[in-house]
Amino acid sequence: MAVTLDQTIAQKQHSFFSRLFSTQTFWVVIAVILACIFLSFATDAFATSKNLYNITRNITFVAIVALGMTFVIITGGIDLSVGSVLCLSSMVLAVTMHAGYSIEIGILASIATALAIGAFNGILTAYLGFPPFVVTLGMLSIARSLAMVASNNTVVFQFGPDHDKLLALGGGAWLFGIANPVLYMILLALITGFILRWTKFGRHIFAIGGNEHAATLTGVPVKQIKVAVYMISALSAGIAGIIQTGWLGAVTTNLGTGMELQVIAATVIGGANLAGGVGTAFGAIVGAALIEVIRNSLGLLGINAFWQGTFIGGAILLAVLFDRIRNFRRSD
Amino acid sequence: MAVLELTNISKHFGAIQAVNDVSLSIEPGQVVGLMGDNGAGKSTLVKMIAGNFHASHGTMRMDGKELILNKPAEARQHGIEIVHQDLALCNNLTAAANVYLGRELRRGIGPFRILDYAAMYKRAGQLFAELKSETRPRDLVKQMSGGQRQAVAIARTMLSQAKIVLMDEPTAAISVRQVAEVLNLIRHLRDQGIAVVLISHRMPDVFDVADRVIVMRRGRKVADKAIASSSPEEVTGLITGAIEQVS
Repeated sequence: MAVTLDQTIAQKQHSFFSRLFSTQTFWVVIAVILACIFLSFATDAFATSKNLYNITRNITFVAIVALGMTFVIITGGIDLSVGSVLCLSSMVLAVTMHAGYSIEIGILASIATALAIGAFNGILTAYLGFPPFVVTLGMLSIARSLAMVASNNTVVFQFGPDHDKLLALGGGAWLFGIANPVLYMILLALITGFILRWTKFGRHIFAIGGNEHAATLTGVPVKQIKVAVYMISALSAGIAGIIQTGWLGAVTTNLGTGMELQVIAATVIGGANLAGGVGTAFGAIVGAALIEVIRNSLGLLGINAFWQGTFIGGAILLAVLFDRIRNFRRSD
Repeated sequence: MAVLELTNISKHFGAIQAVNDVSLSIEPGQVVGLMGDNGAGKSTLVKMIAGNFHASHGTMRMDGKELILNKPAEARQHGIEIVHQDLALCNNLTAAANVYLGRELRRGIGPFRILDYAAMYKRAGQLFAELKSETRPRDLVKQMSGGQRQAVAIARTMLSQAKIVLMDEPTAAISVRQVAEVLNLIRHLRDQGIAVVLISHRMPDVFDVADRVIVMRRGRKVADKAIASSSPEEVTGLITGAIEQVS
């Protein structure tokens, strides 16, 4: 029987499973699950509700920022300033509330600060053509220094009249005993996933990462979208900063130091490509989860904490290695 | 009536006269080969039609009405579509996503509108079927052949009611078999009453598919005649300047 043109066009080349197996994210999920099964048998402490509560909550701060970072990385950019922005937003919140303002005003000031920094990063990158690496490297230094200026480099641990509200926001567990930060993370991941898959904005982000020139020629507002993604990245750092403040109950100026590298590692392990055009919300979460499980397990297995960096670095290389092997096969 | 009519169009950049006093008209459903050596003014002329440049002198008319274009988006609104030389495709997106890039279909109410994947796959599939191209809307452009990529870029021009399609060197960098495929795509556009301007260096392609050939040299139009009454030798002579001008 001859195959007609219409049949050829209507044919789906990949089944659901072949597509699933070809994603890096899927294999990282398998790795996380296997690690958890192994740890449940190898140690008594892993599968306790207290430890799981800790792990899930520890994932959230890196994961929330990684969600924002995913937008930037899909466009082919990078944001190195997130750790410092997290610290600055946190400090703005702390200082504002310490001065006697309500939690609403504190959060508003904190979010506004983050958005302003994101807009600054984005405008320099999109309109003035600065390389994002340089702009955000500069901001990494500036934002942390501003946090020191704002607090005079002291530890803030009294948050004025709404002190208890802030601690409940970050440290409570309002639903089924799940830590609040985990709830925020799930909500933000759902929003991110929705934006990336179902909106025109999300589609355009992928287009910019795939071929920026083509996006410009077809009328995609490339510059505005670039500014928006850096604002989203800074916003996610700001939100993580607010939650972390509530959870820790104190802010120091070294909060979030070196976090940008963990966040980028999480997105890359989860399948995002630093060259742009590829990335998912789920991947960012899974990447953050793998890092946290590695960290947690080393502690429980009694391995010296100095080995942490080696294992996490190895996970990054291994995750990307799978991707390379697939690409070699395809190009042959 | 001519779909596009240019009258005494000139363009200069400072002291350089890129296009000098060119008049031409293009009928619906006509394929016009635009030929000339590098620097002859072909791409400047095309960029004026595409809304990238303002003409220094002269007027453009579309369906008898004067046409003033300030930017490429306005050209598109008037039914002028361009297939860029590099095709302007995103390898990480599906064929359908590329066809609809910049004008995605959405469904929903008010501000709550989501991408309408089903409608975009369906319409893109119809367009590929019209073009007789074996291109699957759900496939990533990354995995496609040169001919399929051309089909995606050309399908893009058929989304709206295009009146005229400008194609910049569509056969420059693809295999012989794929060239035949692209020439067929051009014939399908023509059969739907769309005028095609084919900018090309390749003599055989122009003589294969075009109805008319326009030759430019040093910013001037030196020939504008039916393919049937010309020959590759004559056009080569016109391009190089061995033949001064024919009417």
